[in-house]
Amino acid sequence: MHDHLLSLLIWLPIAAGVVVLLLGERNIAAGRWLSLIASLATLALCVPLWRDFNTHTAAYQFVQKAAWIARFHAYYALGVDGISMPLIVLTAFMTIPVVIAGWRVISARPAQYYASFLIMEGLMIGVFAATDALLFYFFWEAMLIPMFLIIGIWGGPRRVYATIKFFLYTFLGSVLMLAALIYMYVKAGSYSIAAFQALPLTLAEQRWIFAAFLIAFAVKVPMWPVHTWLPDAHVEAPTGGSVILAAIMLKMGGYGFLRFSLPITPDACRELDLLIITLSLIAVIYIGFVAIVQPDMKKLIAYSSIAHMGFVTLGAFLVYAIVKATASTQGAGMGIDGAMVQMISHGLISGALFLCVGVLYDRMHTRQIADYGGVINTMPVFAGFMVLFALANTGLPGTSGFVGEFLVILASFKASFWYAALAAVTLILGASYSLWLVKRVLFGPVGNERVAKLNDLDGREFLILGALAAVVLLVGIWPAPLLKVMEPSIQHLVSQAIATKIPV
Amino acid sequence: MNPHLLIAIPLAPLIAAVIAGLAGHRIGRVATHTLTITGVAIACGLSLYVLKQMYWGGVGTFNGPVYTWLVSDGVHIQVGFLIDRLSVLMMSVVTFVSLCVHVYTIGYMSDDPGYTRFFSYISLFTFAMLMLVMANNFMQLFFGWEAVGMVSYLLIGFWYTRPSAIFANLKAFIVNRVGDFGFILGIAALFSYTHSLSYTTAFAAAPHIAQQTLPVFGGVNALTLACVCLFIGAMGKSAQVPLHVWLPDSMEGPTPISALIHAATMVTAGIFMVARMSPLFEYSNAALSFVLVIGATTAFFMGILGVVNNDIKRVIAYSTLSQLGYMTAALGASAYSAAIFHLMTHAFFKALLFLAAGSVIIGMHHEQDMRKMGGLGKYMPITAITCWIGGLALVATPFFSGFYSKDAIIEAVGLSHRWGSTYAYWCVLFGSFITSLYTFRLLFMTFHGEERFRHAAAAHGHDEHGHEAHGAHEPRESPLVVTLPLIALAIPSLVIGYLTVGTVLYGNYFGSAIMVRPQNDVLAQMAAGYHGPLRLALEGLVGWPFLFALAGFATAWLFFLRRPDLADAAAVKFAWLKRILDQKFYFDWFNEQVIARLGRGLGTGLWKVGDQGVIDGALVNGTAASVGWFGGVVRRVQSGYLYSYAFWIVIGLAALLGWFLVHA
Repeated sequence: MHDHLLSLLIWLPIAAGVVVLLLGERNIAAGRWLSLIASLATLALCVPLWRDFNTHTAAYQFVQKAAWIARFHAYYALGVDGISMPLIVLTAFMTIPVVIAGWRVISARPAQYYASFLIMEGLMIGVFAATDALLFYFFWEAMLIPMFLIIGIWGGPRRVYATIKFFLYTFLGSVLMLAALIYMYVKAGSYSIAAFQALPLTLAEQRWIFAAFLIAFAVKVPMWPVHTWLPDAHVEAPTGGSVILAAIMLKMGGYGFLRFSLPITPDACRELDLLIITLSLIAVIYIGFVAIVQPDMKKLIAYSSIAHMGFVTLGAFLVYAIVKATASTQGAGMGIDGAMVQMISHGLISGALFLCVGVLYDRMHTRQIADYGGVINTMPVFAGFMVLFALANTGLPGTSGFVGEFLVILASFKASFWYAALAAVTLILGASYSLWLVKRVLFGPVGNERVAKLNDLDGREFLILGALAAVVLLVGIWPAPLLKVMEPSIQHLVSQAIATKIPV
Repeated sequence: MNPHLLIAIPLAPLIAAVIAGLAGHRIGRVATHTLTITGVAIACGLSLYVLKQMYWGGVGTFNGPVYTWLVSDGVHIQVGFLIDRLSVLMMSVVTFVSLCVHVYTIGYMSDDPGYTRFFSYISLFTFAMLMLVMANNFMQLFFGWEAVGMVSYLLIGFWYTRPSAIFANLKAFIVNRVGDFGFILGIAALFSYTHSLSYTTAFAAAPHIAQQTLPVFGGVNALTLACVCLFIGAMGKSAQVPLHVWLPDSMEGPTPISALIHAATMVTAGIFMVARMSPLFEYSNAALSFVLVIGATTAFFMGILGVVNNDIKRVIAYSTLSQLGYMTAALGASAYSAAIFHLMTHAFFKALLFLAAGSVIIGMHHEQDMRKMGGLGKYMPITAITCWIGGLALVATPFFSGFYSKDAIIEAVGLSHRWGSTYAYWCVLFGSFITSLYTFRLLFMTFHGEERFRHAAAAHGHDEHGHEAHGAHEPRESPLVVTLPLIALAIPSLVIGYLTVGTVLYGNYFGSAIMVRPQNDVLAQMAAGYHGPLRLALEGLVGWPFLFALAGFATAWLFFLRRPDLADAAAVKFAWLKRILDQKFYFDWFNEQVIARLGRGLGTGLWKVGDQGVIDGALVNGTAASVGWFGGVVRRVQSGYLYSYAFWIVIGLAALLGWFLVHA
């Protein structure tokens, strides 16, 4: 089974999605249960993936290779290492709450809704599992289509503006990446990512490729200043769309930096790392301030996502500054570790927060903070969960939100006092926007008659939020297993990042 | 020492807290408080057992891991315990006060709908505080540090429908986060030199780090920067100027947690932390001077605010600020043992004062304004007597516990030759007068003099809210679950100083747990002149601090008992001073009107101008618009009229031919 495990992870949800689509809207009861079973089965497939993963090697595991487009030497090649494997597990895990969250809420074309999410799950796993650049690109672009549909069909009133903005932004970036991939294919004679990583490139070539990658990944992350599509997309997207967008899709950008930019263009990265670090710190501080004043809950969480993702890009690109300041790579791995943990943690916490907003939206049909107040009086259990996730969002130790930020701050001090000091401002800003939100929405006397009539969580919602809370706490209290899985791959990545690829 | 026994100490209250929190409403009130009290009692019993083992049983320091939190880049970050005489003393104080507060809560919160939730929180707090003091590494220290802050946040906002409470808890969390900003930088600074988060490594590296210079602010000593950053964390948690603003507001929480968290334990975490880090601070005179000046300033100026406030809990809160300032000043004078000694005595008598105030508040039916009290001593004798004991300990009356710790601090600061020590000495010495003034003012206004609650009841007669007129009944003494903890705390407030001063302060109790370099060791000089607690107290009777305290007593007696009209006249005469004090030196005004406003304004500006104006307006939609404009122009060319195309063909042909002719 292990030879086909990754294929199963990709195609099982896609096949299930197609079946749900064929069953149609009339058999929606069966379609719902099939979606749930398929998403649970996909997570179950992650058990052998995690259990049998060898934590002592940086090499790709569970590899599979078959001819795909022979004319272009493109292969259907799959494999995972310590960087992609945890992201696949995250994808499989986060799809389940989305399926459950839509259970009774989605009334318009539910079969198409579920099918979109299942197909998207498979495509996203494909992005992380592909070891062939053309296959990677196929999944990368294909996953935009279901997301485009989800926002465009089940979205809010300004969904057309949001979808077009989302699509053009991400597509523009991707096209430049494709050009870079084709250029390297021509030089290397293969689409294998490993071949690209080994390919010698002059500094000028690396600069161009780095720029192409940067645009593609920066839009996805998103980094300041190409971030404005995200708040619009989130606001218009249905709850499930926001969850997947925040939890998984943003991680594609971070993954791209780690998988492509650092190992393929290390010399350009060394030269331009200050650019990335500056943009990351701007994301942390500028966006942190912007988040404070948002009147819309979803926009607030969207901006908070951008600020948190700043830690991912900061941690990933600390290596050069650390080497420059200390003449040693000690600490570089910690920065990338922090970036990875931050990606996983942000997937859980932002997903949970969007689900919380969804719980409120389903009842009140408004996302404006001003329309709430004193929700804790009528929904005490829900309030407990939301306070927990908001505290996790502030990076409270004992929750997953702390681990990544802590590691990145520790590593960044090695690079420069100022990087650490500016990054640490997130302690203040994160607390300000997260807890001010909590104060205005949850605490206080009952805000209005509609709040007074709210019902607390039902079993379905309790199950979702409870499961997320358990994982958020588990990763916060005992992150060692996660770090252990990543360690060899990240050490290997550091060695790739500091090596030069300029031909002598 | 058996590690399992040590693990049981924080785990017992944690398990109780989790069960109480998740199932409290199902298992009921009695089961909840029985469970949580058992949990804390186990922790307290075991802590005292460990204390006994270490002091009399000759058991050495325990320093070992519990589990590996994570390994990153070869750095093992572990959860682990460092149990030495410093941490075991803290564990004992924390769990003992927590136990008293747990019992007291049965009475104080008896009619509150959040009863089980409250017990869950205070047990969770006890766990977090124990993790903080037992830590052997900076990660766990930070975990405990933030976890106690989180529980404090939840408890200040315990009555979540009150706007003032949820304002106060947000404020407390954010102000503490400002401190934590420094704290985490301090940890990162040490990490960058040691590549480890364990205390032992950092302590061993201190002399080496002290030789390093960091290229910031034109080059600063690396250890000084690290220590100042760590201390900024302590300024947040231990409420030192200017990060003190959250503590008076924290009184919005129920009184038991004011005693436990905002007097006896959590706010002393900063003091404990600096004492724990003495092997680092000792190598930076600049950092210690900073500590000394901040502490002394807090001690004096925050005490003054206690004199003008009328809310019984807030007066005690300002007193706590001032006493924390004393402890901080002691740290700055390298008298770490004196700081911890005062921390211990203060934990007892300040918890006592808060719980006594709570008892008064119950007796007054949730009235906290001292102007509506007076003469309560007759009705609440146990509360009054225990409160007097706490008050006398607070003003450092010889023989009371506070005397031994506070006089030592004043003397130690006086002996210190560090930069800023002269200023600090005057602050802490005059502070004795202020302490005495607000303490006796509180005692007189509450327990003696005219029975003003009768007027208050009359004025309160027509109550618009419809509930029964408060204070209409005569106040009664509180039930046994309330008074018993008062008595349990009054005993150590009375005797613990006398009994332990020879050991803790002058007997080298702490041994290697606290490190003082010989040239800084003011306590050693004082120990040379120490001849037992009796003689110390007798000498104290004619010492300057006690004479200042007597002056404070006389002033309070004159202004607040004998001639209250004089106090009113003074308030009119010095109206400008009164305004400054009523505005609490304008710290809150500055934070709310300047800093918070700037923050929100910056956020709005970046959002509206940066994101919506420049990025979306000019760049994104601007690009889309210019594509649209270009399309519009091009569209005009493709009109579909044949004559138009023909016209353009002719023009194009002519231009092309012209070009060829010119270049041929």
